[in-house]
This record gives sequence, C-alpha cells and structure tokens, in this order.
Amino acid sequence: MAAEKRVVFRSPWLPLALLAPQAAVIGVFFFWPAAQTVMQSFQQQDAFGTSTSWVGVENFVHLFQDRSYIESFKTTAIFSVSVAVFGIAISLLLAYFADRAIRGALVYKTLLIWPYAVAPAVAGVLWLFMFAPSIGVVAYALRKSGIDWNHLLNGDQAMLLIIMAAIWKQISYNFLFFLAGLSSIPKSLIEAAAIDGAKPWRRFWTIVFPLLSPTTFFLLVINIVYAFFDTFGIVDAATEGGPGKDTAILVYKVYYDGFKALDLGGSAAQSVIIMSIVVVLTVLQFKFVEKKVNY
Amino acid sequence: MVERRPLLTFLTHTVLLIGVAIVAFPVYLTFVASTHTAQDIVQAPMPIVPGDQFVHNYVAALTGSEKGAGSGAPVGRMMWVSLVSALVIAIGKIAISLLSAFAIVYFRFPFRMFFFWAIFITLMLPVEVRIFPTYKVISDLHMLNTYAGLTIPLIASATATFLFRQFFLTVPDELAEAARVDGAGPMRFFKDVLVPLSATSIAALFVIQFIYGWNQYLWPLLVTTEESMYPVVIGIKRMIAGGDAQNAWNLVMATAILAMLPPALVVVLMQKWFVKGLVDTEK
Amino acid sequence: MQSKSLIASLSLAAIASFTTPAHAQVEIQWWHAMSGPLGEWVNDLVKGYNDSQKDYKVVATYKGTYPETLTAGIAAFRAGNQPDILQVFEVGTATMMASKGAIVPVGKVMKDSGLKFDPSGYVSAVAGYYTAPNGQMLSMPFNSSTTIFYYNKDAFKAAGLDPEKAPKTWAEVALAAAKLKASGHACPFTTSWISWTQLESFSAWHNVEFATKGNGMGGNDARLTFNGPLQVRHIQDLENMAKQGLFVYKGRENKADTTFPSGECAMLTGSAGLLGNVKKNAKFNYGVAPLPYYEDVAGAPQNTVIGGASLWVMSGKPADHYKGVASFFNYLSSPEVQSESHKRTGYLPITTAAFKLTEQSGFYKQNPGADVAVNQMIRKTTDKSRGIRLGNFLQIRTIIDEELEQVWAGKATAKQALDKAVARGNEQLEKFQAANKS
Repeated sequence: MAAEKRVVFRSPWLPLALLAPQAAVIGVFFFWPAAQTVMQSFQQQDAFGTSTSWVGVENFVHLFQDRSYIESFKTTAIFSVSVAVFGIAISLLLAYFADRAIRGALVYKTLLIWPYAVAPAVAGVLWLFMFAPSIGVVAYALRKSGIDWNHLLNGDQAMLLIIMAAIWKQISYNFLFFLAGLSSIPKSLIEAAAIDGAKPWRRFWTIVFPLLSPTTFFLLVINIVYAFFDTFGIVDAATEGGPGKDTAILVYKVYYDGFKALDLGGSAAQSVIIMSIVVVLTVLQFKFVEKKVNY
Repeated sequence: MVERRPLLTFLTHTVLLIGVAIVAFPVYLTFVASTHTAQDIVQAPMPIVPGDQFVHNYVAALTGSEKGAGSGAPVGRMMWVSLVSALVIAIGKIAISLLSAFAIVYFRFPFRMFFFWAIFITLMLPVEVRIFPTYKVISDLHMLNTYAGLTIPLIASATATFLFRQFFLTVPDELAEAARVDGAGPMRFFKDVLVPLSATSIAALFVIQFIYGWNQYLWPLLVTTEESMYPVVIGIKRMIAGGDAQNAWNLVMATAILAMLPPALVVVLMQKWFVKGLVDTEK
Repeated sequence: MQSKSLIASLSLAAIASFTTPAHAQVEIQWWHAMSGPLGEWVNDLVKGYNDSQKDYKVVATYKGTYPETLTAGIAAFRAGNQPDILQVFEVGTATMMASKGAIVPVGKVMKDSGLKFDPSGYVSAVAGYYTAPNGQMLSMPFNSSTTIFYYNKDAFKAAGLDPEKAPKTWAEVALAAAKLKASGHACPFTTSWISWTQLESFSAWHNVEFATKGNGMGGNDARLTFNGPLQVRHIQDLENMAKQGLFVYKGRENKADTTFPSGECAMLTGSAGLLGNVKKNAKFNYGVAPLPYYEDVAGAPQNTVIGGASLWVMSGKPADHYKGVASFFNYLSSPEVQSESHKRTGYLPITTAAFKLTEQSGFYKQNPGADVAVNQMIRKTTDKSRGIRLGNFLQIRTIIDEELEQVWAGKATAKQALDKAVARGNEQLEKFQAANKS
C-alpha cells in the first residue's frame, strides 16, 4: 500500500497481541463459517443437509450459462456506481453546509443523522407508504403532477426507486463521517487562506477537499462495499428484483437463493463470485485511488 | 464563519432545509402515521399532517393494551435487551478496532497487510449467506439465548478498523517521534496521544455502531429462542402481520418512533463530543 | 455444626423429592411465523392447551416471516437443537418432505401416541394438500385459507350493475369491469398472489392439471403443465383486460390487498383471510363470492387450492415429546377449538365436524360471506385438485410473477410468458430432483 508511516514502533509480540481479540472473533465467527460456505459452493445439497454430493464447478458453470445472471452484472454496476457517487456527493454537500457555524446547525445535523436510526424493517414499510402506486403519498403527488408512477411495471422507475432508497440510507451515514472529517480541519488554515483573499469555492477545493481525502477515500470504499453487499434488504422490500428481473442486483439473487429458495450451493457460488469482484475492485482502489489521498 | 457572506448563508440554509426535508421526510411520515387511526392510514393517500390520536396510540404502544399488537411482550424488556446489546457492540467494536488499527499502522511485522485484508474481507460475505454454519458455531459454543451470542459475533469491525487506519495515517509523525524521544512506550503513546486525538472519529463511530447494534434483526432472531431475549426491532416486525390479517399500522409506527428515541439521544449527545474534539485540536 | 446443617439440608432435599411430582412438565417447543393479531391467536391457543392439562407445556416462539422461520428451523436442525414443531408455509412442503429423516409424519405421531385419530374427519381439500399419496398425513394443516372473490357493491351500483349479483364467470367479470371503467372507476379488477389465484387455484377449480403426476404429489419427476390451452386462454383474457385498463396489476404477493378495502379497486381475487381486514377498514358495502370460472369447461367448478401453512413435527426428539405433540394436535383439531379459530381468523376449519359446529352456531347467517371459502372446499377432490407439491415452489412462483409481469407491461404475449415460465420452472424442478435424490 502507498500509505505508510515513517515512524514506527518496534516490538515482536505487541502488535500480534493487539490484533488478537479481533483475529479471534473473526476467525471463529467469520472465517470458519465462511470456509464452509465456500465448500458449499462446490456441493449440491438439500436444505436440511441430509443428502450432499460434490459437483465440482457445476454450480458456477450453471450460473454463467444463465443469461439473466449475466444481465444482473450490468444492473449491479449501474446501481452501485449511482449509489456510491450520488451518495457521497450529496452528503458532502450537506456536510459542508452544515459545518458552517450557522444558527440551527445542531438541529440540522441531528435531523440529517437521525434517519440512519430507522430500522431497515421499518424503512421498507415506509418506502411502501411513500411510493406504492396506489396509496403512496409520493406516488400520489407524482400522478397529480402528470408523471405516471408505476414501478411495478416500469423497470426504469423501479431502478430509480431502489437507487433512491439505497442512497437515502447512506446519506446520513456519509454525512456523519464527513462532519467528523470536516471538524478536524483546523480553522486556522481556512482563516489564513481567507485573509489571503481566497473565496469559499477556492478554499474548498484547495484546502478542505484535499484534507478531507482520507475520509472521502474511506467512504468511497465503504459505499461500494455497501452497494454490493448490504442492499438486498432494500430490494426485497421495494421491488423484489422486479418487474421481471429489472432490479435483480447480484446480491439480491444471493439472498433470495440462499435464504428463501434454500439453494445453498448456488448462493454460495454466487457469493464467491461477488466477493472476488469486490476484492478486485477494492484492491484497485487502494492501488490507484489511494495515491491521490493526502495523509 | 470566516467572513460575512449573506448570500452564502442564505444558500446554506436553503440547501440544508431541502436536504432535511428530503432525508427526514420518511421519519416525518412515520410520526404522522403514529398519530392517526389505522383505518385512516390505509385510505389512499395517507394523510401528511399529524392526526389526533397521539396520546391514545403511544399509551397503547407502551402498555401493550390494545389488541393487535402481536404479543404481550413488554416493550420495556425489549428496549433493555437492545440497549445492552447496542452498548456492548458499540464499545466492543471501537475498542477492538482501535487496537487493531494501531497495530497495523504503527508497527512492522510479518503478515501485517494480511491481517488488514483479512479484517476487511469480513464485510464481503453477508451473514444471511453463512447463516447455517455460523448458527452451528454459536450453538456448539452454547451461546444461544445469551448476550454473548447476541454481541460477540458482531464485534469485529472492518469499518471501524479502516476508519481508524485512515485517521492514524493523518496523525503527524512528529508526535510519535516525540513520544519515542521521551522514552514513552507504544502503549503510552496510544493511550495519551492517539486515543484523545481520535475523539471525533470515536464519536462518529459510536453513533453508527450503536445504531447498528440497536437495529439488529436477523441475527437476534436466529440465536434467541426465548422471547425474553428479543430486541425491540423484532418486536416491531412481529407487529406487522404478514399475510392477510390487518395491521395496526398506527401502533406499529408509534412503536417505531419510540424505538428511534434512544438512537436519537445518542446522536444529540455525541454532537457535543464533536465540538469538544474540535476545540481540543485547535491548538 | 457442619454435619448438622448437612443432615438438615439432605433431609430437606429428601422431603422435597417426595413432594414434587414424579415427572416434570415436558416442554414442547413450537416455532411459528404468526405476527400481528395472528400472533395473539397463537398465544391464546397455547394458553388454552396449557391450561387444559398438566403433563405438557407448549412454548410458542415467533421466529419471523415464513422464510425466516423455515431458515431458523433448518439451522437448528443442522446444529442439532431443532424445535418439536415447526410452522412451514405451503410452498415449503416439498422441501420438508424431501429431507431424509428431518421430519416425522404427523400420521405416524398420532398413531404411535395411541390417541384417537381419524384422518377421514379432515376436509380432504384442506388436509389433502399435506397428505402423501398413500393416505398418510404428513403435516397438520394449521392456518389454511383459499382464493375467493371480493367486490365493491357501492361501486357496482354506481356503474349500473346489480350489487347483489356477483359475477360468476370470467366473462361476467370482464363485462362488469367494462361497466365500472365506463363509470369512471380507475381500477375495476385486480388480484393478489397472482400465481396462486390465477394459475394454481384456477387450474384446480377447473379440474385441470397445474403439473404432471397429480400436481407433483406422485414424485419429484413431475413437470409443469400450466401452459395448457385453458390457462393460456385465461391469461390471454387477462392480457386483453389489462390492455383496456380493466385489469390493473398491483404488485406481487399480497401487495394488492390494500387496494380493495381502501376502495381503489372494485373487484379483487385474493385470500379468504383478507375478510377481517375488509370488514374493519372498508367504508363501503362489499360482497364476497366464490372464485369466477369458465362455465364451458367440463367439471368446473371443482374446488380451489389452499394457501397458508401447516405444522411439521421434527425428528430426533425424545419419545415423551412426541406424545405431547400428539396431545396438542388433538386439542387443536377438536371441533370447538377449530370452530373458534375459524370464526376468529377467517382461516378454514380443517374438520367437517368443526364446519358443522360453526354452521349450527348461526355464525354464517350473522356473517355473510364467511362461508364462501368453506363451501369451495367441502367437496370431494380429484387427483388434479387435491393440492400441489413441487420442489423449489417458491422459485417457481417468482418465475411466474416475473414472466407475467412482461405480459402486463406489454412486452410478451400470454402464450410466450407461460411457455417461458414453464421452461424455467422445469429447470427448477430438475435441480430439486437432483439435489434430493431418494
């Protein structure tokens, strides 16, 4: 990795001791089950595990022969890029403005962070109340202004719906971290630039944004991981992958196959595929994007 | 702000108001729905101004007195389980990740990057997919129906480790140098310099991880078989009748609002710590 | 001193062991997916049973939605601590059955317990779904509903239709829809659970196969046949209605349910279990009628297919647990308990005795429409109408949802969609067959 500290401590055992608690937890509760899941991707079994047989790469081959699975790569790409880019941009905008010490800042910040506390189970219901083509408040308003909102049959609208829902969830999250990042930029730097005659727009791009880059990089990586892995709940509540398969992102199929359809081999194979994709994406980000980060 | 720019201030308020209107709208709707009768809510379209059932609905939600709530499980007990879980998870995650990030950033040792990536990969396999083997591990360790089972598996945190890594990398080398020169060991440096500097990151993470722990649904559902260990989100979910029976939406929304109060409190309290952190770094 | 207190405590222990009952209460674990008012119903049932006897104590635990509950049961089984009773939705029947040795058939449990158990007393259209071809009951029907037809009497009147005459045939439905649309109604007809109402129940109602081998009852090598001429004709009719705005698609599963009590849609085919919701929330006069049919099809109307869930008994528990389960099932099946449940929830009574008891109490007279569902089911079933048992059924329903959505969106014809659904569905059946080799 590009980012390294010049000054380090030397100790043969201390770092391992520091890492031990987390290593133990993930060893037992993640890697051990994960290894079994990977094994499952090479097997075919019934839901209860009473009849298991090895099928080699058959699960993988089966997936790539399915046209709709290949299609969902494209759907996922569009979805993830939209969620990450717009999620970060919108929250950065809001965080920047909220950071200016104006009246009511505390209220604004609280109201913008609080939606993160809405439990996913309740959020799904809320989106239904807002966008359901029949009783939805927002759908009703849209219809009144001439837009025929029907995400049940209109694939593009359905895609828009899940992108909006996913971004909504993340705005509060990104906002919070941007706030934290902004608050650690010394005001003295900005004052000095202002005295030098730099306008707010310039100050933002030459001082604030570079100093914020560690946070931005963090959020970029995390948002992409979020878009790839944590969004199946939203899809399940809003569109269930429909209409047809227009909003069936990769991870939704993983969730559906593993959890509802109880096709353990298939969903394990898909998990391996997604995991590989995101690992590559993340490595690429660390290799190329992190170069631009100012530490 | 730095200088007076009335136009920019106006723009600031405008943007923020629009932002709040959009982002907080669903929460507003939840509140509105919690002040109407169930029948009014299902008539299309739902009303968007509060109704007159506030007292009635909230009393019913708190005391479980109205029929249709799905169970007699006391809301208080569930809130308590949620509170303990959320606190243990938030504090545990932060503590563990501070130590891990410190080790990865400030030391050189074999497998250093391997550990970082190993921790990172835990974000990439949703629990729903590895549910059967993970459940078996918990069951074999006799951790079902315990606070330990509810919290320990969730205590590793790639997000927190990664965030602290980012932050530690911005800490000037001179500080570590100075500590070394003073003869202070790494743990002294960690305790006296790094942790206090990380106050804002810790505050931000505390909010996020507390809410994360508070909103856990699937994991507690699986590892508890006694309803006395159910956190409050399960309580909300079970009020929503799947299938055909009619939902008492007004009570569901009232309970949801109640369930959002502790996290809101955490958000407000943590903001004070942001400001404090800011003042401290103003040296 | 020490030895004195030791003797004292030993004596106390000895006395205690004489006064406690010879055997402790056996706890029976029941995992279910009933939330909201239905959850209260479950708790009341359990309380009623526990209060009625001292040997067993049933503990009911809510484990989430149907898929979540099934997953919890499977996870527990794999870890060796499964519950005694598990509530599984009807589409999971094949999964439960195909699992070698994970369950114990209810018929066996009841027989072994020595309690009086008469399979013929159960309504064949209800229990038949959960019965093996050789007559052995595999799981105990618990909450079963069926597909019925709701219509808005006030809207009918406003459209110039006779509010007391419910459309009996699909042709009449189309005519009524046209009149409703002409009178300004934006959503004349819609449906919930489209696969269940318009294909599964539809097929059974017309005594036509949904899949080979008696809809899958005969083995895992059954294949789908719902793209036969009658089903294609029906979906084509719906397609035409959709093009004219007479049939409006309102979403998968039961998302369309709220459109009827809110007055948005004038006619709805959906679950009988919705009746309670309609009664509570509808601000208009409504009517309930049997599912429409095509009168030119011989054998129609036959009977409709149930939906809902049943109770499965897990294997690997101690013998006295099974006695407790049998005793509990006996209680649940008693006419009084069944009748009360039926009146309270709208779910079907599973025994003819319970139906008769309800009839005698005058319930149906006081609550018009409550007997529509039952009347569709109290009939002798045929091999094609007893029920459906297909592997990967959940996926097949999703496939049907997806392909039919192409029809409503105008992207495919009825025949194309059904053919594609059958082809994709058969792949699922092949996968299930391969994964569950017997």
